[in-house]
Parts: sequence; structure tokens; C-alpha cells
Amino acid sequence: MSTATTSAPARSASDATVRSWKNPIILSVVALFALLVFAIGAPGNDVTFRLSEENDPIVLPSIVVSAPVIGWVAALAMIALAALAILRTRSGRKIPVWVLAVFAVLFLIAFLTWVVGSARTPNVALYGLLAGSVTLAVPLIFGSLSGVLCERSGVVNIAIEGQLLFGAFAAAVAASLSGSAFVGLLAAAVAGVLVSLVLAVFSIRYVVNQVIVGVVLNVLVSGLTGFLFSAVLSEDSERWNSPPRLPVIEIPLLADIPVIGPILFQQTIVGYLMYIAVAVVYVALYHSRWGLRTRAVGEHPKAADTLGVNVNRMRFMNVLLAGVVAGIGGSFFTLVAVSGFGRDMTAGQGYIALAALIFGRWNPIGAFFAALLFGFATNLSNVLSLLGTPVPDQFLRMLPYVVTVFAVAGLVGRSRAPGASGIPYIKG
Amino acid sequence: MKLELIGITKRFGSLVANDHIDLVVEPGQVHSLLGENGAGKSTLMNVLYGLYDPTEGEILVNDKPVTFKGPGDAMAAGIGMVHQHFMLVPVFTVAENVALGNEATKAGGMLDLQETRTRIRRISDQYGFDVDPDAVVEDLPVGVQQRVEIIKALVRDAEVLILDEPTAVLTPKETDELLGIMAQLKADGKSIVFISHKLREVKAVSDVITVVRRGKVVGTADPSAPTTELASLMVGRSVSLTLDKKPATPGEVTFRVQDLTVQAANGQHVVDGLSFEVAEGEILAIAGVQGNGQTELTEAIMGLQDHVTGSITLNGNQLLGRSVKEVIRAGVGFVPEDRSVEGLVGTFSVAENLILNRYDDAPFAKGLSMSQSAMEQNAQEKIAEYDVRTQSAQSAAGTLSGGNQQKVVMAREFSRPLKLFIASQPTRGVDVGSIEFLHRRIVAERDGGTPVIIVSTELDEVLELADRIAVLYRGHLMGIVPGTVSRDVLGLMMAGMPADEALAQAHDVQGGDL
Repeated sequence: MSTATTSAPARSASDATVRSWKNPIILSVVALFALLVFAIGAPGNDVTFRLSEENDPIVLPSIVVSAPVIGWVAALAMIALAALAILRTRSGRKIPVWVLAVFAVLFLIAFLTWVVGSARTPNVALYGLLAGSVTLAVPLIFGSLSGVLCERSGVVNIAIEGQLLFGAFAAAVAASLSGSAFVGLLAAAVAGVLVSLVLAVFSIRYVVNQVIVGVVLNVLVSGLTGFLFSAVLSEDSERWNSPPRLPVIEIPLLADIPVIGPILFQQTIVGYLMYIAVAVVYVALYHSRWGLRTRAVGEHPKAADTLGVNVNRMRFMNVLLAGVVAGIGGSFFTLVAVSGFGRDMTAGQGYIALAALIFGRWNPIGAFFAALLFGFATNLSNVLSLLGTPVPDQFLRMLPYVVTVFAVAGLVGRSRAPGASGIPYIKG
Repeated sequence: MKLELIGITKRFGSLVANDHIDLVVEPGQVHSLLGENGAGKSTLMNVLYGLYDPTEGEILVNDKPVTFKGPGDAMAAGIGMVHQHFMLVPVFTVAENVALGNEATKAGGMLDLQETRTRIRRISDQYGFDVDPDAVVEDLPVGVQQRVEIIKALVRDAEVLILDEPTAVLTPKETDELLGIMAQLKADGKSIVFISHKLREVKAVSDVITVVRRGKVVGTADPSAPTTELASLMVGRSVSLTLDKKPATPGEVTFRVQDLTVQAANGQHVVDGLSFEVAEGEILAIAGVQGNGQTELTEAIMGLQDHVTGSITLNGNQLLGRSVKEVIRAGVGFVPEDRSVEGLVGTFSVAENLILNRYDDAPFAKGLSMSQSAMEQNAQEKIAEYDVRTQSAQSAAGTLSGGNQQKVVMAREFSRPLKLFIASQPTRGVDVGSIEFLHRRIVAERDGGTPVIIVSTELDEVLELADRIAVLYRGHLMGIVPGTVSRDVLGLMMAGMPADEALAQAHDVQGGDL
């Protein structure tokens, strides 16, 4: 008692008020950065965004903007939004979501204008940038849908990477041997299910830590495919590793619409399957009996059990289904992107898909847009390095991962995982 | 529907949870299952509901033997259960929770929630439940959540409804409403199995009482049997339900709380502008339904809460803003509400748990090492003094029964001179025999001149121990009343009525002591 003889003053009310200054601080810093770089440091020239090629059926005029004007307008608007956020937080109110959304869009426009304007050729094909983003996002979207299916039912799926890689490998080998890309597609789905089967058996039947099983599976698939690649595929790549590509199916007329035509109506079967999968998983998850049970099993398995739902069977089926989805996503690497399998060619895309799942708040539509954002970041870095920007190439290649870190760190608010995700269900 | 259990035995390894239990539930009857915590009531009901397979014995429905492979079978046979811990998915709406497992569907397995909503409204209107099918369950008060559980059973045409400790989480008012609902269900010809260890409620609603002790049926009783008889049947020996304590002789006021406000992370004021004082040699009980700020209040005193304003002084020294260790060093003893999580380290030995608050002091600490012999000696003394039933001082604390775990926590906190003693739910899940002992020990501490704060959601315990009673409702103090106040007054205050109004109203009505 002798140590605390003087009465310490009680903390005042304002100190203890629960307010998060995280968002206002981040917005202010970013807005200031925008002012310094995009406005004050704006290149003096005009920037051209092309919306179509000259020989397209429908030709849209290019958008030509002045880099300093866009830079200043955007930076000042961002500063205004940051000030609004500060005021709202100070008065103890929430920052509206539209503020964050508009801020993000302004930043994106300002950044694009600045970075393209600073390039040697200040002229970029916007439609190509977008279409490329979707293409790069395809495996991410399949991967994160696989994650949605697993985690919504209560199984953490770290093995997305392994599912994608094994899918890619199986697709390449099966398509090469059979000479048909569609056989490859089927083989990819089967390969994804195989990885899922191991995950399901160990994590559900034998109650092994799900994260560890997932990581081990990734390493296993990487090792296995790597070994087979050097021992078999490289020996006779003509026979084992020269799969035919999946044809691009153009939907007449619709494919000619500028900008969105190539994105929506000029895809391979894998691309169309992606759109279908997102829609089907979304509708089924929220509006079907299967979805209700899946979500219940992932949130409160005991409640589902007491109502006669077989928790572990439900989880098992969902994990297998997730394997189908991720496997098909893996076929994108060897049947669409390039023709042939390469060692560890998925390059961590499975983990980015996991991030998209979290960023998208375990919602199929959310995961879809999160994956698109990551795809856009990747594609932007590719395009910019071709244009010759002042930003070093290495920094541009970091871009998708920086975006991932910020996204998952909860820039847009905390996302809530399914209540029982990662917790095995043991009856009794 | 007539339900019969014949010779039900359930073993978990060497532990016999249910030992040849026979039970008959007649239609339109409220059949109470009375027993202490751990007597095997819930196990029996989980067997009946198909969650556990019985090791031996059989279940008869309308005189025909049935086997339940899972809850689905039990529900199909007309058995519904409201679990002690609600089996509701918190992020789902009421309709989704009710639909789950029994979904009305359109073509292609698509949900038809409209159909479910109609059914919910029909039942809700019939029994006056007032439940919105589109409300999200986690936003609903506990009493309403319980009604959702009852709706779940009724939608599935349950004829027998098992209510497992349904009143544990309710205010006295909500409890009365529940008893009313039970009467309505009974009038509709449903049978109810009512599981409880609260004698008064059991006596109030039952047609038949079956008493269970250590997994066995030890007798049946008539609801008109005297309370002491039921209690001794339940415990297995005669128990004195009243504690002989001398009137308090309050001394100087040494502990003061002024304008204490605790904010949760979401900005909600979970404790709002609380002021009270405790004198040396008196017990202040803090009553209230679970979750009305009691946990945050005790944690704020101990320095376990952030975002606390106001002032907490002990002997004139400010405790607010100090670390937990400084608060303990200031002479505060604390028994947290969940002994297995906060009170003990389950994998540590009893001896280690007994010195968790003094491990770095002499004689237990010697430089950088610890004195095993001092620890062992201390453990032997405390085990003898508190009659802790353990194989040895080196047994893991987690292997002890609830009552013995609580004795270990209590022994540790009383092992040094205290300036203030705080106990949260000191006897939750503790057998009646140990309750007596723990209560005596708390009163002895009071008589030694320590200010004591007891937080309890059990009215019996509050009335037993308290010299004065403070009632919390949604973080607000409803007032402080003398320990001799009636249950009705406390019930009104626990439902949010200020003390003066509650006293006036109870005086007017002079309602029977239920």
C-alpha cells in the first residue's frame, strides 16, 4: 500500500472515449501524399486513355485528360474527404462508407493519371488494362470461391495454393496425353478434389489442425509436381507437357461492345465458368437449403447438429466441392494463360486468393471484387513496366502484395469470420 | 404422447453419468427433474434427445420402443429440447434459425422463408410470444431468444418439450412469463420436462418431481413437499439452507466508487455512472441478471478494463489507472466469475495455483528460483484448512471438481491480509455442501473487518449473504437496498425499476413470496 500513497488523478472522460482514429489518420496521410506527388509532382502533359482499337466494330473516342488538372482536383477532393473523416470522428460519429469508396476511386484515378502521364508514352489502352485484370483474376476468383465454400462450413482452407497447382499440373498432363483441353479441365477438377480429400480426411475425420494440414498439403503438392516435372515432364515435354489451349468463345455481337465486351463475352470456357460459379455460389449460399445448412455448420455446428443436420458430412461435401472449384481454377494456368506446366507456376496465387476471401468478407461477391482488385494491381504493374514509368519495376511488382496487406489489415473495417471456422466439430 | 425411459445408463469411460434411470412422462404433465449440477440431468436429456447413445436401457414412446440415432429422430418422434446454452446461430435471423434442418423449400432446394415466417407468426400469436421473424438473433434479449427456441420445437410439432435449466439466464419477471408459457403449453396437452436445481421454481410448476443424485434417481416427490425435504433429497444429507450469520458491524467506509463508467470497445456504456461505498465489516451484494455490467464493474476495479472513467479509491488511494498487480498489492482479493478460465491455470498443480498471487514473494521466491518446499508446505496447510478433495497437492487443478476448484481459488485469495474482497459468482456450479463452507468463509472474512463485495445472479445467494444489496440493470445502479428486502423488490429492480419505485410498488401489492 505504501507504493500508492498519493491519489492519482482519475482519467478524464475524453481520454477514455472509444474512438478509432485509424481511418482518419490513414486518409490524411494518403491525401497528403496525393497532394505532394499527384498534384505538385504532376507531369505537365496530357494523358490518353484508349477505350477501343481503330479496327474494332465500334470505335469509342479516347479520353484525353490533363495530368496536373486531374492531380490537383483529385488531391484537393481527397483532402476534403479526409477533413470530413476527421470531423466525423471527432464528433464521435461513424465515417460513412461512401467517403472511403469515393476516396479510393479518386486515389486510383489520380494515381493512374500520374503514373501513365510520367511514362515515356503517356498513352494506355484502358480496355486492355481492365480485360487483363479480369484474366489475371480468374484463378484468384476460383481460389477464393474454394475458400468461401470451405470456411463457410467451418474448415479453414490454406490448401488453395496446392489445389490450384495440382489442378494446373493435372490439366497439363491430361490434356497433353489425350490431346483434348476439355479432358484437361476434367482432370483439373479431379486433382483439386484429391487435394481436398486429404484436407477433409485429416481435418474432419482425424481432427488435425487445419492450418497445418493445409500448409503441409501445399508443400507436398509443390514437391510432388516439381519432382514429376523434372523427372517425367521435362524428359519428353512433347508427349507430357504440351497441352492444347482452351479456345476463346466469342459471343456474337455482345463481344463487340467496347470495354465490357472483351471482359464478359470473349472468354474461354474457364472464364465463363468463373462468372457462373460466383453467381451460383452466391445464390445457393444465401437462398438455398444447402446454403443455410452450410452457414449454420460454419457458425454454430452444435445448433445445426441438434436440428438433425449432419455437421461433418456437410463439411466433408463442401470441402470436396471446393476442390472441384479450385481445381478448375488451376487449369487456367496451363490451358488458358500459357500452354504447359512449369514448376511452382501458381507462385503464391492461392495465398492471394485467401486474402481476397478475407477482404471480401467471406462473401462470394465480395471475394470476386477483391480478387478483381488484386488482378488489376498485378496487371497494372505489368502494363506500366511496358510503358516505361519512372517508378522502379521492383516497386510496381510489389503493388499487388502491398494492396493485399492493406486490404487484409482491415482498411475497410473489421471483417467477421464464420464463428466456427477452423474449429473441428466433435460430437458430445 | 407418453414418454418412458427404462433403465437408462450412460457411461463415459469409467464415469457413470446415468445409472439405470427410470422416468415416465405422462401427457399434459410438467415433470421436473431436480438435481445438483453434475447430477446427470443434462446427460439424461441428451440421451433422450438422441445426442448421446445410451450405454444400456431403452426409450418408449406411446409404449413402443424407439432408438434415436440423432436429434433428427427424436424430433420426428415429437421431442423438442430447449438447451441450457441456446442452440441458435447468432448471425441468422429468427426465420433462418427456425427453418434450419426443417426447411420449407421451393423448386431446386431454394429456401421458402415466407412459409417459415408464416408458421412463426402463427405460433407467436397463439402463445403471445411477440417475436419478429426477421430479427437477427444476436440482437434479441435472452428471454426472446428462449422463445425462439420454443418456437423451433413447436414448429416441428413437439409433443414433449425438454427445458434444460431454462430460468438460469432470465430475470425474475421473464421467469414468471416463462412459467406462464409452460402453463399454456400444458393446457394444450404438451408434456414438459423441466430441469432445474432451483427448488422454488420446481415446486411452483411441477406435477411430479423426480430427484436425481450422482446419476441415480433417488426418489420422487410431490410439489407440496417442504423445501428442506427436497433439498436434503437432492444433496443426500440434511442441509441447513440458512446461514447463521451475526448482524454486520460496519466500521469505517474504506472503499469508494464514484461516477464509474466503463465503455465497451463499441462505445456502449456497459457500466454507467456508478457510485457506491463499502464499509469495513460489511457485505455488499451486487445483484442483477447476467450481463448487466457486473463483469465489467469487477474487472474495472481490478484494472482489467480499458476505457474506464470516474474514481475508485481504497483507503483513500486511487486504484483507477493502476495495473492489476498494483491493485492486488493494494490488498484486493478477487475471485473471478469463471474459475476454469480466469481463476485457475487448469494444467498447473494445486500447489502452484495456490500461490499464483504470491509467487514472487518470500517464502516462495528465492532469488531467481522458487522454493518447492515452501510451496508444498503452503499447499498442505491450505488443503487441510479448506478441506480440498484432491489426490495430492501435485494434481492438476483442472482435474478437481467444481467445488474443490473454487475452494482452491478462495484459499489463495484469503491467504494474505485483505483490504477488500471481491467474489464474482462465488458458488456457481458448486455442490450444496461446498456452498455452505464457502459462504461461512466469506462471512468470516467480513467479521474479520474486511469490506466484501459479492457479485451474484442467484437471488438466494444474494439474500443469504448480503448486508446491503446493489442492483445493476444495463450498467445503471437501480439503487441500494438493505439485505432484508423481499424478493419481489429485487425482482422489480432487476427488471429495471429504481429502488424507491420498486419498494413502493411491492408495498402496495404485497405479492406472495413465490
